[in-house]
Amino acid sequence: MKFAFSRPALVVALAAASFAGAAHADDIKFGFAAPLTGPQSHYGEDMQNGLTLALEEANKKGIKIDGETANFVLVSRDDQADPRTAVQVAQQLVDEDVDGILGHFNSGTTIPASRVYHDAGLPQLAMATSPEYTAQGYDTTFRMMTSDTQQGAAVGKFIVDNLKAKKVAIIDDRTAYGQGLADEVEKAVKKAGGEIVRREYTTDKANDFTAILTNIKAAEPDAIFYGGLDAQSGPMKRQLVRLGVKAPLVSGEMTRSDTFLKLAGDAADGTYASLAGVPLDKMAAGKDFAQRYEARFKKAPGVYAPYAYDGAWTMITAIEQADSAEPEKYLPKLAGIERKGATSEHIAYDDKGDLKEISVTIYEVKNGKWEMVETMVSQAN
Amino acid sequence: MDIFIQQLINGLTLGSVYALVALGYTMVYGIIGLINFAHGDVVMIGAMAATMIATALIGGDPTVSAFTVLAVGLLVSVPLCMAVGWTAERVAYRPLRRAPRLAALITAIGVSIILQNLAMMVWGRNYLNFPQILEPRVFELAGARMSSLQMAIVLIAALIMGALLAVVHKTRLGTAMRATAQNREVAGLMGVNINTVISAAFLIGSALAAIAGMMVTTYYGVAQYTMGFMLGLKAFTAAVLGGIGNMVGAMAGGLLLGIIESLGAGYIGDITGGFLGSHYQDVFAFVVLVMVLIFRPSGLLGERVGDRA
Repeated sequence: MKFAFSRPALVVALAAASFAGAAHADDIKFGFAAPLTGPQSHYGEDMQNGLTLALEEANKKGIKIDGETANFVLVSRDDQADPRTAVQVAQQLVDEDVDGILGHFNSGTTIPASRVYHDAGLPQLAMATSPEYTAQGYDTTFRMMTSDTQQGAAVGKFIVDNLKAKKVAIIDDRTAYGQGLADEVEKAVKKAGGEIVRREYTTDKANDFTAILTNIKAAEPDAIFYGGLDAQSGPMKRQLVRLGVKAPLVSGEMTRSDTFLKLAGDAADGTYASLAGVPLDKMAAGKDFAQRYEARFKKAPGVYAPYAYDGAWTMITAIEQADSAEPEKYLPKLAGIERKGATSEHIAYDDKGDLKEISVTIYEVKNGKWEMVETMVSQAN
Repeated sequence: MDIFIQQLINGLTLGSVYALVALGYTMVYGIIGLINFAHGDVVMIGAMAATMIATALIGGDPTVSAFTVLAVGLLVSVPLCMAVGWTAERVAYRPLRRAPRLAALITAIGVSIILQNLAMMVWGRNYLNFPQILEPRVFELAGARMSSLQMAIVLIAALIMGALLAVVHKTRLGTAMRATAQNREVAGLMGVNINTVISAAFLIGSALAAIAGMMVTTYYGVAQYTMGFMLGLKAFTAAVLGGIGNMVGAMAGGLLLGIIESLGAGYIGDITGGFLGSHYQDVFAFVVLVMVLIFRPSGLLGERVGDRA
């Protein structure tokens, strides 16, 4: 275990170990893991860019930790969105003596990896939205985004109250994320007085949905919710239009992407998707973030970049407050953090590690672009 | 009833694609007894090439007509796939023609992996989208809907299959192919150029694969480098279902498999009372494969192949 060493001993050991490497022993290293290859790599890249921007800014600011100017470094690993790879990668990061974890991306990878980090005493800030992640009783698990309970409650309420849908059909892709979100939406729809007329399933690799959509059409729903990725929801929306289904498609934040717009093409209009927080252009800090992001990466931030950016700054702030990058010292500061970010006016955690502020914004595709419909405060928690 | 008809239409579209791909498996198997596991990846290359061409054409001139896009796509992807299929046979399978079957089979899996990785290097790992150039007209048939695109897929597949049957049964090349399938050595002694016949089988199969790939990418709008694996397995199942080596069998097997899958995914939830859900769609293909292998190993239309096995 790393805590068996005193810090000077660790520094000497690391200095020797990294003699040929680029990283310095007194760097503060954050482990990061997400799908950087494969069909979900567009999400991973988005998250990585958000983190990179935060770390570069922190380094420029010259934050002093324990009397020394801190240099924050991101140690990136590819977990391929695969739970087994995620655990191996988690162990590698622990072995590299990182000081904190900013990852993983998917719920399915975050949950098994969180155990490895917890055993090593490393605080973890993950993009995962599955409720299970913070319900394991670990004191090291925190979120960058809403949980599905929070998002699902808002989406379910929106479907029944705003879209005036009484009969709702639900599809999910049987992943930890898709299934979890769909279940929460189902609960919320029922609670708001709606009825689930059909529940169908697919996989996160499918591209033919005509059989299940035909069943759904026969059930005549007023709205259809899909829990899953944009690689499926895009073709699905096309096939809905082709089958002549008029009911709107509603989905979670993974669908609120440009990839969805690309894959759904002309059929995209009239799709709804939810996303945690307030739109970036509604907040001064958010607008500012978007400008800096565009200047740095020459493209607009994706769905996850702002949350990753806020997450990185939350961890840096906790370290600054504790004046130490030692996990056991800054963990209490992280749990009690209270700060302003690009996505929220006050970022703070409840005792499980879920974000306290739970506003969710619903977007709709109009003329091939995502446009905000309304921001609502979730009733969950 | 209209749901049933809709599911049949869904299945027929899917099945037409399976049938085209299954023909490639069955022709090669009929002639050299090789299960060409790389065939699904040839379909993928056809789909990726067509998508790339379409995107480039639309990017260069947004007013370009759908016909031009499809025609140029076809002109590029068909020869490309034929070249890939021919090269695979020439480089990987021909040297192993007299080797044990297992060696050739494993080589085919190797070729499949190579093609996937090449495609990944050329086109990247992300999903490519086929631009929406066709505004499909939708027709109502007894409460069910069929788009012009679905009709085109079914019709084109039927036409191609008819043409292929004519080639095999009415032309000199077809006669040579059937002779080679019956007995390679004797056909050779009778003056049939075995190498030409085998190359022709690969070329025709790959051309069909390219067309099937274009159908998949225009219909679903997406293409990715791993898409050939599952499609290839399904088409192989269709070929076995119909009786591998039998061309009419491959066509019937493909259509049947598409319909079984579609009806299966449509009704399993209701039949099992929600115990099994529609995400078991892919399982149907393989349940069918197992059933056929147990009860009718030579397939629905297959002949006994004891003398060749």
